[in-house]
Amino acid sequence: MLDDVNAQAFREEAQELLSELETALLELEEEPGNSDIVDRVFRAMHTIKGSGAMFGFDDIAAFTHNVENMFDKVRNRELAVTRELLDLTLLSRDHIAHLLESSATGAEVDAETEAELTARLKAMLGGADDSSGQDVAAVESRTLVAEPGAQVVYRIRFKPARDIFLSGSNPLHLLDDLAQMGSMRCYPHFGEMPGLEDLDVESCYVWWDILLLTDKTEEAIRDIFLFVEDDCELTIQLVDGTGQLDSDIAYKRLGEILLERGDVTQESLAEILREQRPIGRVLRDAGLVTEDQVESALAEQKAVRELRKSRDTGGEKADAGGAASIRVAADKLDKLVDLVGELVIVQAQIAQYVHSSHDPLLNTLSEELERLSDELRDSTLSIRMLPIGTTFSKFRRLIRDLSSELGKEVELVTHGAETELDKTVIERLGDPLVHCLRNSLDHGIERPDVREAAGKPRTGTITLAAEHSGGEVLISIMDDGAGLNRERILASATAKGIISPEAELSDKEVCNLIFAPGFSTAAAITSVSGRGVGMDVVKRSIDALRGTIELDSIPGKGTTITIRLPLTLAIIDGLQIQVGNEFYVIPLNHVEECVEHISSSVNGERQRIINLRGEIVPYIVLREQFEVPGEQPPIEQIVVVSTSGSRYGIVVDHVIGEHQTVIKSLGKVYKDVEGISGATIKGDGSMALILDIPRLVQSAILGQRNLY
Amino acid sequence: MTVDDSASVRQMVSLTLKKAGYNVVEARDGKDALAKMTGPVHMVITDLNMPNMDGISLIKGIRALPSYKFIPIVMLTTESQASKKQEGKAAGATGWIVKPFKPEQLVDVVKKVLR
Repeated sequence: MLDDVNAQAFREEAQELLSELETALLELEEEPGNSDIVDRVFRAMHTIKGSGAMFGFDDIAAFTHNVENMFDKVRNRELAVTRELLDLTLLSRDHIAHLLESSATGAEVDAETEAELTARLKAMLGGADDSSGQDVAAVESRTLVAEPGAQVVYRIRFKPARDIFLSGSNPLHLLDDLAQMGSMRCYPHFGEMPGLEDLDVESCYVWWDILLLTDKTEEAIRDIFLFVEDDCELTIQLVDGTGQLDSDIAYKRLGEILLERGDVTQESLAEILREQRPIGRVLRDAGLVTEDQVESALAEQKAVRELRKSRDTGGEKADAGGAASIRVAADKLDKLVDLVGELVIVQAQIAQYVHSSHDPLLNTLSEELERLSDELRDSTLSIRMLPIGTTFSKFRRLIRDLSSELGKEVELVTHGAETELDKTVIERLGDPLVHCLRNSLDHGIERPDVREAAGKPRTGTITLAAEHSGGEVLISIMDDGAGLNRERILASATAKGIISPEAELSDKEVCNLIFAPGFSTAAAITSVSGRGVGMDVVKRSIDALRGTIELDSIPGKGTTITIRLPLTLAIIDGLQIQVGNEFYVIPLNHVEECVEHISSSVNGERQRIINLRGEIVPYIVLREQFEVPGEQPPIEQIVVVSTSGSRYGIVVDHVIGEHQTVIKSLGKVYKDVEGISGATIKGDGSMALILDIPRLVQSAILGQRNLY
Repeated sequence: MTVDDSASVRQMVSLTLKKAGYNVVEARDGKDALAKMTGPVHMVITDLNMPNMDGISLIKGIRALPSYKFIPIVMLTTESQASKKQEGKAAGATGWIVKPFKPEQLVDVVKKVLR
């Protein structure tokens, strides 16, 4: 143990020191006036005392303390080195040796000798007070226990000495420590900062006014500043005790705050108050306070109100609990979202019109309208958000029933049940998720005996997890089953004519073949799956939610299905682009970057690729894809999008910019149009089509592949 | 770096800090410490009463070295008298620990001044 090692080290050292002490004392007898030797004696005593106390030899420390005190007096020439003194010191030295020995062996300590020696030492000290000994104890026992519970606000003014850095302290560390104690607002003052030419980088010109909402005591706060307190201007005031919690009563007026902080005096304040102008400005104009100080006080006013509010609402929350929610019919909400969508469109139209009008007043109003409608949109959409956990619980039952039917042992683990998603998305997600889970159970997880043979636990695990990732929600279904069998998938796909026998596919592409319509590898059709109407339906439902689905599999280890969904269906951020006279919107979550593209015939017709910083990226010419009439401009833009983990370029005429896009469905007639997921109304009232990037890429790339 | 003429204190400081994940250099007194201040030293914990060169002179010496001008220096002191503490502070010490102290207290102080 550390303690034993230390104790042993101390014993050895003390032995050495004691013999050194003996030698020194004997030398001192020869030359009583030699202060070097007195110093040696003192140091030896001092070390024995200090180390002794540190390693738990309290008796030695206490006894030696007296001897040390005596020699302190000798050192300061308050006591002469006499024979009597030397005798006493030598006896004391022997007693220390004795104490040391008994601490090692556990032998009885000769209390009588100690008492006698102590008495003689005290007598020698001439009844001098023993305060320093008590000091040590006092400092040691100075543990600061914070009173728990009550949250109070302190106002702390911390003005470090200019040369604080020279003592190796960093005021920012202290502020960090403060911030750990509770909720802190910090207002720095830069008023004393000189011009650049006079600035001494090794000095600290900044000082701080700090507001701290904490349950700690003032003493605990002072403790943080312990080392710097002496050379700093530090004031700590209690601003807002818990006794006065009424948040209706406005927090102190600006003048009162400045007064309390001692920035202005009562007289000058009263004088100024006779004039009725904003107090801050008046005081500033009068040169009584600086701009900084006023601003800081204003910040405090605001901060205290906020802190109070947070404390109050915190309390209310505890009281009110569940009563804070009401039930609303879903169609009312849908109607509201619809209306907000319309509002956003109108707002965009107004903004566009106003922008061209150059009327400053209208511009201000329009910006205000934009802010409001944005906030309205966000909060309306958040109303529709529900935690996904409600669906998760349904699945537990499903897994339980199915696994017993199939004779498998499966455990369902769920993560992120609190992840919020649009209500409609959650509703429409249920069936695809059931399908995926069934698949994992049926194809993924092996029978218990097979699992044991493969060295896995009998019970398989399916993990269902949801998490936020940017503007998307990631839902993953992981099983620790057999994984996908590449050969079987390829064979089955070839047999069903989904791919040609010569096709060379990457592992990822093979995995994603199971999403192809009519695909199934299950040897026998079970009641659960195998009819080949599985994953393609899942994929279509996810596509309809403007999500993507991907599959990864490690043979023998398991399969992971990852579904990415947009947070909401109604409104997206989109990048508006133009081809010929047509406008399109690319959902911004797909967009990675835009690069210029100079079309050249050198590339030839078939090499539809660009070199993007060393990476080969295939591209689609939107003009050709949608057969837009007109000549392509000499300099085109390529919007680089990412989908299913790969990057593609989309060649367009112009990139117009980022826009809030309210999605309108195209109606039944157009539902089979490839590559378009909807339409939106632009600011000027005209229409733009929203590109369905995954399907656009798929149809374009597959189209190419089929050609060659 | 821990500077102390008492080997047991040095060992205690050094063991405690090593356990807390710090690298520790030991020095026996002020002279020894200054001689060893060549590599990267991020903090010094020094006793005040030492032969050859005492703690106060050491602190002054360290502060005079440009590369160690701003490092935290903590003094170990049994003298709780304000005068010694003030002398140390004036020489440029960052803080102090009153002996006797417990290993946790030492680590607390080191964490406080060294980041």
